[in-house]
Amino acid sequence: MIYYLCFVIFLIGLYGVCCKKNIVKIILGLWIMEYSVNLFLILLGYRKNGIAPILREGDNIVEFAQKAVDPLPQAMVLTSIVIGLGVLALMVTVAIRLYQRYGTFDITEMRKLKG
Amino acid sequence: MNILPLFIGIPFGVAFFIPMVSRKVKWVPDVLGNITTFTLLLLSLMTLNQEFVYHIGGWKAPIGIVFVLDGLSCLLLIIINLIGFMATLFSIDYIEKRYTSKLRYYSLFLLMIGGMNGTVLSGDLFNLFVFMEIASIASYALVGFGCEARELEASFKYLVMGNVASLFVLYGVALLYGKTGSLNIADVARIIREIPYDNLIGFASVLLIGGYMVKAALVPFHAWLPDAHPSAPAPISAMLSGVVIKALGIYVITRLIFNLFGFNSITSNLLIYIGIISMISGVCLAILQSDFKRLLAYHSISQMGYVVVGLGLGNGLGILGGIFHLFNHSLFKSLLFLDSGAIEYETGTRDLNKMGLLYKKMPVTSFSTLIGSLSISGIPPLNGFWSKLIIILAAIKAGRPIVALWAVIGSILTLSSFTKVCRYALYGKGEKFDEEKFKNYKEVGNLMIVPLIVLSILCIFTGLLLIGGENGILGPVVDVINGGVLQYINKVLEI
Amino acid sequence: MNEEKGMSLIVKTVTRWLKGFIFLFGAYIVIYGHLSPGGGFPGGVVFAATFILITLAFGREYALRKMGKILASELDSLGAILFLLIALLGIYYGGTFFLNFIEKRYPTVNFKLFSAGTIPLCQISIGIKVGASLFMVFIILAVIRVVFENGKGKLITTEKKDKK
Repeated sequence: MIYYLCFVIFLIGLYGVCCKKNIVKIILGLWIMEYSVNLFLILLGYRKNGIAPILREGDNIVEFAQKAVDPLPQAMVLTSIVIGLGVLALMVTVAIRLYQRYGTFDITEMRKLKG
Repeated sequence: MNILPLFIGIPFGVAFFIPMVSRKVKWVPDVLGNITTFTLLLLSLMTLNQEFVYHIGGWKAPIGIVFVLDGLSCLLLIIINLIGFMATLFSIDYIEKRYTSKLRYYSLFLLMIGGMNGTVLSGDLFNLFVFMEIASIASYALVGFGCEARELEASFKYLVMGNVASLFVLYGVALLYGKTGSLNIADVARIIREIPYDNLIGFASVLLIGGYMVKAALVPFHAWLPDAHPSAPAPISAMLSGVVIKALGIYVITRLIFNLFGFNSITSNLLIYIGIISMISGVCLAILQSDFKRLLAYHSISQMGYVVVGLGLGNGLGILGGIFHLFNHSLFKSLLFLDSGAIEYETGTRDLNKMGLLYKKMPVTSFSTLIGSLSISGIPPLNGFWSKLIIILAAIKAGRPIVALWAVIGSILTLSSFTKVCRYALYGKGEKFDEEKFKNYKEVGNLMIVPLIVLSILCIFTGLLLIGGENGILGPVVDVINGGVLQYINKVLEI
Repeated sequence: MNEEKGMSLIVKTVTRWLKGFIFLFGAYIVIYGHLSPGGGFPGGVVFAATFILITLAFGREYALRKMGKILASELDSLGAILFLLIALLGIYYGGTFFLNFIEKRYPTVNFKLFSAGTIPLCQISIGIKVGASLFMVFIILAVIRVVFENGKGKLITTEKKDKK
């Protein structure tokens, strides 16, 4: 059930990218989509009444593996957040330069490439 | 067999090393960049005819990340590093004249090559995603390299569409992980064959293939390409159109469809229909263009349609035709983009109406443009003819003559648009031809001519790679794709 | 006091006390990355947050004297090259890329600080890299403007009374 809600957040972000005219709103829409994919990845690894996947001294490994939450999606999400940060930095820089060139944040004004 | 990590280690190392040493000295980025791409080219030639599975960190296949080298990866490695070397040779003079900071250019370029090498070699779904993102981010930054208004707008459009595609891909990877519990491509393929079919796997496959089709610029998703490719500097356009849409797009679609999900009649029909629509709409939109690079960018869409049709036909001859056309297209399309760069360096314009009679002043450039145009139109005995002929014959052999008819129509329209290019730019006069500026043109420098000559010679003689047909020199590549899912699983998991 | 640069006196005094502790916290997250949650990336972000706090509290010139653009760029490249070097040394000593060669040759007791081979070294180099590069992104976006003279861009630090 909660996975459907993640997909709804994804669609809200997609609406923001497709239908808004301001560049900053497009960037925010992309960031919302990124957020929903990361949330989906973390929720995949959840186990009911699980413990955090940190092995301490004197723990039984078999019992630990049966009770712990899955750590592999957490590593994937860490990488994905950092990649998203890089793309966001690039997008914001391009948006600032576009403002210096065209004088507006409205994408319907930026139509120099045609054909 | 320790060469495989060097394909990603060397470009990344030199890409981060260049900003450290080149603040005072001007020629260091050039020399380092060219030595690196030349070394990568030699290394990739050493991987011919070998099949190898490399475990990173010593961890075995489903637990650890693996690098898989087989015929298809080897062919793409050779394409990436060869065109990369040609582009770095070209950019020694080109970037000097028009853009400002060379060291950032070379760092981003080497990051892009390293990312593409990693995509082609990787055997793990999430590793594939990470390397694809590295190469994509480097190419987003390189498209908008000269910070004029048009280039930034093109870069922003490419950024948004590429990022949405990457998010779709990550969603598909997450769904597959949730269903099967593993990220290794061979392991996921093995588990998908054993569990009963679920709509979730179909949804994940649609997300993955749709995301990668945006990167490959096939028709419903091609809207970023005609803006992004002309706005980039010419060597980057050659790399983007000649290598990136293949290594990040077509290669991954091939790997996923033939080695992960299995090839059946639904995917065959999907590939053929999307291919035919791409072929025809790309060419029809290309004839109307008056900007040289925009025309070449639309032709990229159409030729990718040919490759996808060839792959979608399913029999051995079709796959051979598709893969060979992939190789040929990277050669002649990068040759044409480097030519347009040389013409732009000299005349200062990309508009076909303002050029004319260039064969008198720039003989080598116009000769190589002629060779490139004849290749892409499919004139014998150049290489484009052989690959298009094999695709048409394969279509007839598979019992689909309508596909062959569309391929022939596409080829005729390609020939007509390149006749237009040669008439306006090389042998005739454009409508707004400028007489006084024409007197000052001269041939471009030596370093820029060498890649053009080398690529022209390769275009003429590459037809010889078809000796032996499906079991000859290109045999291992066809074998990987034709072998399907089972052969890939056995090779990687060593069952 | 200089009231034109930076923020008010309270903020400056508190920052002067706290900046060492925040930096130490970032170093703790990085070095204990193999035993508790964290590792290179979050630790690097906290490093960058220290320098951003100094910039916000004291003004641009003071922060750029502490870690300027050139130093941040050099640290960035250094972190990445160190990481790659550790990975390539795995080939030289062990046989495969990224092999944990320190653990294979000198095995240690688990759950201590000096255990798990090359993993803490990788975390430290990633921490340096991420910290330096995030601070450089902050400087370029917020502190330095590009001014166009003669058709080519030039990077300058904006003056205090910049009206644009």
